Amino acid sequence: MSAVVAEHDDHHDHHDHGPEKGILRWIITTNHKDIGTLYLVFALIMFFVGGTMALIIRSELFEPGLQFVDPNFFNSMTTMHALVMVFGAVMPAFVGLANWMIPMMIGAPDMALPRMNNMSFWMLVAGVLLLASTLFMEGGAPAAGWTLYPPLVLQTGKAFPFAIFSVHMLGISSIMGAINVIATIFNMRAPGMTLMKMPLFVWTWLITAFLLIAIMPVFAGAVTMLLTDRFFDTSFFDAAGGGDPVLYQHIFWFFGHPEVYVMILPTFGVASTIIPVFARKPLFGYASMVYATGAIAFLSFIVWAHHMFTVGLPVAGELYFMYATMLIAIPTGVKVFNWTATMWKGSMTFETPMLFSIAFVVLFTMGGFTGLMMSVAPSDFQYHDTYFIVAHFHYTLVPASIFILMAAGYYWLPKWTGNMYNEKIGQLHFWLSAISVNILFFPQHFLGLAGMPRRIPDYAIQFADWNMVSSIGAFIYGFSQLLFVYIVIDTIRGGTGKVTAEVWEDAGKHSLEWTVPSPAPYHTFTTPPEIIPTEHF
Amino acid sequence: MSDELKRKNTTLAKKLVIVALLMFGFGYALVPIYDVLCDITGQNAKLKEAVEADQAFAVDEGREVSVEFVTSVNESTPLDFRVETRSMKVHPGQYYTVNFYAKNNLPQQVKAQAIPSITPGLAEEFFKKVQCFCFELQTFEANEEKTMPVRFVVNPKLPERYKTITLSYTFFDRTNNTEN
Repeated sequence: MSAVVAEHDDHHDHHDHGPEKGILRWIITTNHKDIGTLYLVFALIMFFVGGTMALIIRSELFEPGLQFVDPNFFNSMTTMHALVMVFGAVMPAFVGLANWMIPMMIGAPDMALPRMNNMSFWMLVAGVLLLASTLFMEGGAPAAGWTLYPPLVLQTGKAFPFAIFSVHMLGISSIMGAINVIATIFNMRAPGMTLMKMPLFVWTWLITAFLLIAIMPVFAGAVTMLLTDRFFDTSFFDAAGGGDPVLYQHIFWFFGHPEVYVMILPTFGVASTIIPVFARKPLFGYASMVYATGAIAFLSFIVWAHHMFTVGLPVAGELYFMYATMLIAIPTGVKVFNWTATMWKGSMTFETPMLFSIAFVVLFTMGGFTGLMMSVAPSDFQYHDTYFIVAHFHYTLVPASIFILMAAGYYWLPKWTGNMYNEKIGQLHFWLSAISVNILFFPQHFLGLAGMPRRIPDYAIQFADWNMVSSIGAFIYGFSQLLFVYIVIDTIRGGTGKVTAEVWEDAGKHSLEWTVPSPAPYHTFTTPPEIIPTEHF
Repeated sequence: MSDELKRKNTTLAKKLVIVALLMFGFGYALVPIYDVLCDITGQNAKLKEAVEADQAFAVDEGREVSVEFVTSVNESTPLDFRVETRSMKVHPGQYYTVNFYAKNNLPQQVKAQAIPSITPGLAEEFFKKVQCFCFELQTFEANEEKTMPVRFVVNPKLPERYKTITLSYTFFDRTNNTEN
């Protein structure tokens, strides 16, 4: 859509002040751009913390036998790697993007609840620090896997209640963030910005926020039950008192399955934002994208037991969850075809954000196909808890969510900083990532099909070759991400020169953020922009 | 932000907080829902009640089913737990008694609960225990050894495809928490 922007440099705007001076700016800020930056920087740091844990895992698996770490610490690493990446890196990164971009995309001056926004960020930091502190406790960090299945997780040492409380804090932080997103989108849109004119990133986040409000409390409930089972003699999951550990799996995956879509729906949103700009065409099938997102979100609530095909479900249950899961391929397929159709006969250029987005479409589709394989209940018995599933969900998270987060970084950095990033190094970063991520995860399909279980520090000798290949890929991938840090710092310091307000050719036709100056002023849209209704662009 | 907009935002936020609290409650509501669903579908029968009396079945002399017994203790439960035989051939409809033994290794009283499990799960409804130590909490005095008979019958209606039924017991230490 195109927009006419009201004059921003209001000379009589006396309450309009800049940021606080010094470090206090970042602690007490309620500005959506500052908080967005805080989230993004925090997520990037956590990406490297979680990545370091992944490299410890891959170092140990480089060769058969036990080389570097003891098995309990190894299991702590797999658990903490997952928790840090999910709750510390991917989710906060998308919340950061939401903070920065949603108000600017819908023509709002800020988020609806700025003070709660600040609180949800610092709650996140506290939660992650509490989680990290469990690494230094007697008995070690939680080592039962990120799913925290009882009875194993109840054997965690002193860290157990701390890990539970950190999950509570992370949950409360996400819920606050989600409430803020919903309130912003419902109440703060500029006049004329109807729901069906919103950029798809805003749409996907709206749906994600509803998912978060629905599922995070259920997860909080599940871990609270673990807590009372361990300390207050309840028997939710304790067979001796009439409870059942399988109950935990049902409750956990009622949260867990929508949770993985919390990480992928905003990914879809960013991809749908970037691809049209570099194909120089409107997004193909905007309305179908919105409905597909809604359909995926709805289906995510009714398929959870496909994570537990092997626990002994009745045949009717296996069949229901199998077919319901397969249904998800339809709206997801709609999206993939829409992205492809958007590129079809477009005047495409291949800047770094577009490269990452195209790689996302291809590699995410591969992750989706292995998901379809696993939805087939009888064959899932072979894949269950093997490296095949590790390969599957890493394909849907790393070359999907992480690639798109990188794409978003390159796409909006010029808007955030006012400077252009170094395109050459950006493309180097892309090619190193795209090649190494396949060296890293593709062999894990073979390992899984050959029967290598997940979450083991040592393995049978026949798995040695592909594990070595995978570990080599992991190190190339991990270290090439440092290029991104270099580029971000370099761009903040000036990069390769100043950019215009629009940055990308005709980007202003696609979304409002490209109509404000670069770098985006501390306050934008204090007077709502006038949205001129045009054919959907 | 105008006051009216602020009020609108706060109202919406409050509503959403209520939704979140309701979902927290829903997490807990899943516990009874799960029990009810399992009851309806006959899944996961946890502590099935005994057959009231020795119900008489027509003994099927022509058919033999193998019944296996597994004994284990949970984590650090201080009991030695074994059974007189690992497996036996039974005729459906006929009552059998098999002895389980458990010895308390500690010089103090131990309370423990045995939890049964039958594999395959779908054969569970055809396997009736008339007498079992798993029906109640067991109290072991210091170093006491107990003989605990289990009387059972396999219903002749057991579908032909089941040739082997495994009955497994796990003892859980309940010395410190006996409310249940």
